[in-house]
Amino acid sequence: MVGAKKLLNQQGFRLFLMVLPLLILVFVFSYLPLYGWIYSFFDYKAGRDLFSTEFVGFRNFQMMFTDHYAVTNILRVMKNTLGMSFLGIVTSVFPLIFAILLSEIKILRFRKTIQTLVTIPNFISWVLVYSIAFAMFSTSDGLINRILINSGSSEEGINFLASSNHVWLSMLGYGIWKGLGWSAIIYIAALTNIDSEQYEAAKIDGAGRLQMIWHITVPGLLPTFFVLLLLSIGNLLNNGMEQYFVFQNAMNKDDIEVLDLYVYNQGMVGYDYSFATAVGMLKSVVSVILLFFANFLSKITRGESVI
Amino acid sequence: MKYKLTTSDYIFNSINYIMLTLFTLTCVIPFYYLFINTISDNTLVTKGLIVWLPKGIHFENYIQILKIDGLFNSVVVSVGRTVLGTALTLIGTTFLGYAFSKSEFWKRKFWYRFVLITMYFNAGIIPWYINMKNLGLLNNFLAYIIPAIVAPFSLILFKTYVESIPPSLEESAEMDGAGYITKYVRLIMPLSKPIVATLAVFSAVGQWNSFTDTLFLMTDPKYYSLQYMLYQYLNESNALADSLRQAAASGSQVSLATVLTPTGVKMTISMVVVIPILCVYPFLQKYFVNGIMLGAVKG
Repeated sequence: MVGAKKLLNQQGFRLFLMVLPLLILVFVFSYLPLYGWIYSFFDYKAGRDLFSTEFVGFRNFQMMFTDHYAVTNILRVMKNTLGMSFLGIVTSVFPLIFAILLSEIKILRFRKTIQTLVTIPNFISWVLVYSIAFAMFSTSDGLINRILINSGSSEEGINFLASSNHVWLSMLGYGIWKGLGWSAIIYIAALTNIDSEQYEAAKIDGAGRLQMIWHITVPGLLPTFFVLLLLSIGNLLNNGMEQYFVFQNAMNKDDIEVLDLYVYNQGMVGYDYSFATAVGMLKSVVSVILLFFANFLSKITRGESVI
Repeated sequence: MKYKLTTSDYIFNSINYIMLTLFTLTCVIPFYYLFINTISDNTLVTKGLIVWLPKGIHFENYIQILKIDGLFNSVVVSVGRTVLGTALTLIGTTFLGYAFSKSEFWKRKFWYRFVLITMYFNAGIIPWYINMKNLGLLNNFLAYIIPAIVAPFSLILFKTYVESIPPSLEESAEMDGAGYITKYVRLIMPLSKPIVATLAVFSAVGQWNSFTDTLFLMTDPKYYSLQYMLYQYLNESNALADSLRQAAASGSQVSLATVLTPTGVKMTISMVVVIPILCVYPFLQKYFVNGIMLGAVKG
């Protein structure tokens, strides 16, 4: 009792009590779901009470590595996940290049206008990106096909959206279209931190424009690039599902299904909660390991952590 | 010293200007194309004749889509969650951020991490869904706004900002006997307007654009958001044809030019979804940029 009274007299503890409802919210929405992990140890059937269903131990986990059908699917999904993540990492240099090119534009008003306009796509939802893709590429009403048909270069138009060819590349393209301007902002900020005296000195030494970019600007931006690169290692498996979900159709499903979408399709569409939970669990655990690995890399190379 | 442009500079400049302009056009033309197709004569749109300029301008599409079953309701849902969700996020997240800026907070380090870890780790979507179900948040409007009250990333930004406010200001308020809540309301919030505006913008855009939560949690059309309606109309041509018949039956159509077509519905809803963002965007751009800069400083 004395301890409790002492605690209550502490200002800091009263402050804690004031925000306790908020901390409970965090617990309820972010920690409580962990309880759902036990579904992976049962053979759960939707609509029944969990504990009336069969306890199967690690069978759902074993299935991922032994069941022929599951293995084939998981390999395909992992190929998509890592493939698209890898393409994303390779093209993560684009925002850096874009920022440099933009900074080379000396007409201030033009530069600002471009920066404003290219950032807009970042603020629209993936559903809307899908709608725009529809408006641009659909066979009947798409702008591109209208131009092709009107100019006579194609008779019926090309069905860009349904095709399973180059799904990875088109997903990458939409991602770049949506995010390029926004991702460049961080580099534009970093550019302002580069000492302008370096450029003056280089000019006196007779350096050309490309030389200055290569020897001053690029090295100035690399630390930022490196931090983002490390973070993307931690997010290797987290492609998210929204983009792939909206663009998914019967034709491209095999090539578009990433891990998050696979879990959704298995669990929410196929009602195989237990297996989907098991896959999701494994993903969460591997993601955390990757994050710690990225953090470790950052600590040994840069001396500070990224998280 | 004036820098003299060489031939290679001219080539570089030309290529640079052309490339950036082209990319900028790809960001702008889709919105323009959608817009001219929603305001043009619908028979011309169907024939594929509206490519660069609008023809036979009318605004009937925008009036008619609101007559589609459930569409007006979804606008109310989307606006409601954006306004309420943003307001609650601002109150909850900023107060928690303020509390975490106080060194006397009981076990501060532990609780701060307790909140931040949720940014990097989650149980997965199926357990999350089961949890929401157990909490009774399926087909419940509260599912849109309650989980958003504490936003970890915004919390970091706010806490960092508050820590930059000189402590002497708070100390003088303490002399006058002000408690935590008084200081938060009277002193911290007024001083934090720029960051609060930034967080408000992020939260509002997030709420407005949110789609997957409706997909997972809502089966009752009463709770469908505008984004979800758009998704449905993009994919389900049958549902669309039905709605159109209803809309046509409820109003008397005079001219074929203004009768809503399936394409018209898709494009017009898209415009309804994007117009609020396009309208506020130019004014709020500096807050977006502020936000990412603050994030960058932290990261």
